[in-house]
Amino acid sequence: MKTQNQRAWLFVLPVLFLVAFNALIPMMTVVNYSVQETFGDNLFFWEGLRWFEEVLRSERFHNALGRQFFFTFMILIIEVPLGVAIALAMPRKGPWVPVCLVLMALPMLIPWNVVGAMWNIFTLPDIGLLGYFLNHVVGISYDMTQDPVAAWVTIIVMDVWHWTSLVVLLAYAGLVSIPNAYYQAAEIDGASNWAVFRFIQLPKMKTVLTIAVLLRFMDSFNIYTEPFVLTGGGPGNSTTLLSIDLVKIALGQFDLGPAAAMSLIYFAITLFASWLFYTVMTKDDNKA
Amino acid sequence: MSLELKNVSKRVRGICHVKETSLTLKPGHFNVLLGETGAGKTSLIKLMAGLDGLASGQIILNGKDVSKLSAQKRNISLVHQFFVNYPHMSVFDNIASPLKIAGVAKSEIAGRVEEAAGLMKLAPYLKRNPHELSGGQQQRCALARAIVKESDAVFLDEPLANLDYKLREELRDQLPELFAGRGAVVVYATSEPEEALLLGGHTALMTDGNVVQFGPTSEIYRNPKDLDAAKVFSNPPINTANVVKQGDTVVLSDSVRWTATGAVASLKDGPYTLAIRPHHVLPVETPECSVRLEGHVQVTELSGSESSAHFDMGGQSWVSLSAGVHPYFVGEVHAFYLDPTHCFFFGADGALAA
Repeated sequence: MKTQNQRAWLFVLPVLFLVAFNALIPMMTVVNYSVQETFGDNLFFWEGLRWFEEVLRSERFHNALGRQFFFTFMILIIEVPLGVAIALAMPRKGPWVPVCLVLMALPMLIPWNVVGAMWNIFTLPDIGLLGYFLNHVVGISYDMTQDPVAAWVTIIVMDVWHWTSLVVLLAYAGLVSIPNAYYQAAEIDGASNWAVFRFIQLPKMKTVLTIAVLLRFMDSFNIYTEPFVLTGGGPGNSTTLLSIDLVKIALGQFDLGPAAAMSLIYFAITLFASWLFYTVMTKDDNKA
Repeated sequence: MSLELKNVSKRVRGICHVKETSLTLKPGHFNVLLGETGAGKTSLIKLMAGLDGLASGQIILNGKDVSKLSAQKRNISLVHQFFVNYPHMSVFDNIASPLKIAGVAKSEIAGRVEEAAGLMKLAPYLKRNPHELSGGQQQRCALARAIVKESDAVFLDEPLANLDYKLREELRDQLPELFAGRGAVVVYATSEPEEALLLGGHTALMTDGNVVQFGPTSEIYRNPKDLDAAKVFSNPPINTANVVKQGDTVVLSDSVRWTATGAVASLKDGPYTLAIRPHHVLPVETPECSVRLEGHVQVTELSGSESSAHFDMGGQSWVSLSAGVHPYFVGEVHAFYLDPTHCFFFGADGALAA
């Protein structure tokens, strides 16, 4: 017996519309721009892969990409170990647990542009709390609007302040899910604190840490608002990350073709790096 | 070699987890801690293992006071109910871990690990990770870690509770054999009376953080010291009733009475609490089970080889456990027969009278 009932498709339609409107259609628009020259009055001329070639050959793109990788690398190398260390130091039970958790969650609750504005004022050499303190009390010359190194330090410290909590909370969730029996077994074996970390806590945190690294990679690789509000990409182009450069090309210069090609390349890099990382990290789990 | 507890107790925030306990545990046989969940078995094991501090008392292992020593300095092993192995180490490395930390020579480690793995039937799986093993194999791996260490005391805290029935039976049969001749004091916690009987050795009955009775398992089973001990060591729960002894007659109710024999005959007249195990209350009359009772059948269970019936007898719920399959009709009155020679009589103070 065969029932011919196509009504089931109706249930899929809402999702199809949703995905179409928030992902497929915008993406296809970008693809459309990336292969054409666009003029006002909706005039389009076919360009093929010219914009892609141009972007991939441009030194400006290489520099922005280099800065972007450097930024993401610094974020991961600082935030992941720091987040794990803070999670290890947090109490596992008692009245301080909720206090610690709320304190950790606070930075993440602040809107991104507010974070940028906060740190901008905070670090101003004349009136900012930190800027004034460093320049006039400690005596270090620190001005992130003039000095590229200071600008870099500031955007990295700002991101660490804003997002280490995410790693902390994920790592903490992994830690509290380890049954006490493991610690008891290690205690009886006489395992050192390092061995407990290396052979029990780290392996048990692997899944959540994979997610933490993935999220931090994607977020920091696509970061825009906070450094844009803080430094606007300067001084000069020294903190012009890929996303900031992209917006400059698309909205500043209104070069829609190269900007569209660049965002597709950007998207491909993010996707590929995430896939690569995830595949490598979960390789051992699948061979069983 | 022995493990001696002297007035050991444990309190957590004012609540007593283990009341003052004195026990002398010997190697050569299993020492079973039998009690329901929350009776204090795990608390007592943690004290003996050194994972928790004592509130009072002393623990003496092989003549040496270890009360103040940490777990790692006591030379003990512990196997949990959960399968606890180092997650990203091979089975070989897992079994070898206590030896490596103890600084045993590499050449010796390989031999000892292989021996323990052979005993636990893990030889083909030495290169695998624990999560690639079945539950039974994971627990074997944890047991192998306990065996390889050659500890002075081995604590097994309900090690079979998370295994399925078949594996549990298989491993339970092997356990006494595995530890025989190793010279370690073996402590085994369980909540199942049947397991205590199958493992033999000595049993300590626990309720409410108290060791109620300790001695050879079969002896305790036959002579529970008091009503609490009898209750712990019976599954299904032991049947109880208030009876009165008058002259040479035991009176359970107006219609149920019988002539006292043996030790019961010499008891003083007065009220007693009678306790009888479910398998001495049968649905058919036999030469032994001769005293007739009647009760409303409430619940019946068949296990294939056994039938049990819960019945109500004047407000008291009793259980009958008999071999074979018996037809019961729930809600109807059914006749049961108890064996008067297998009744325990407890006095007003709860102690065994006869």
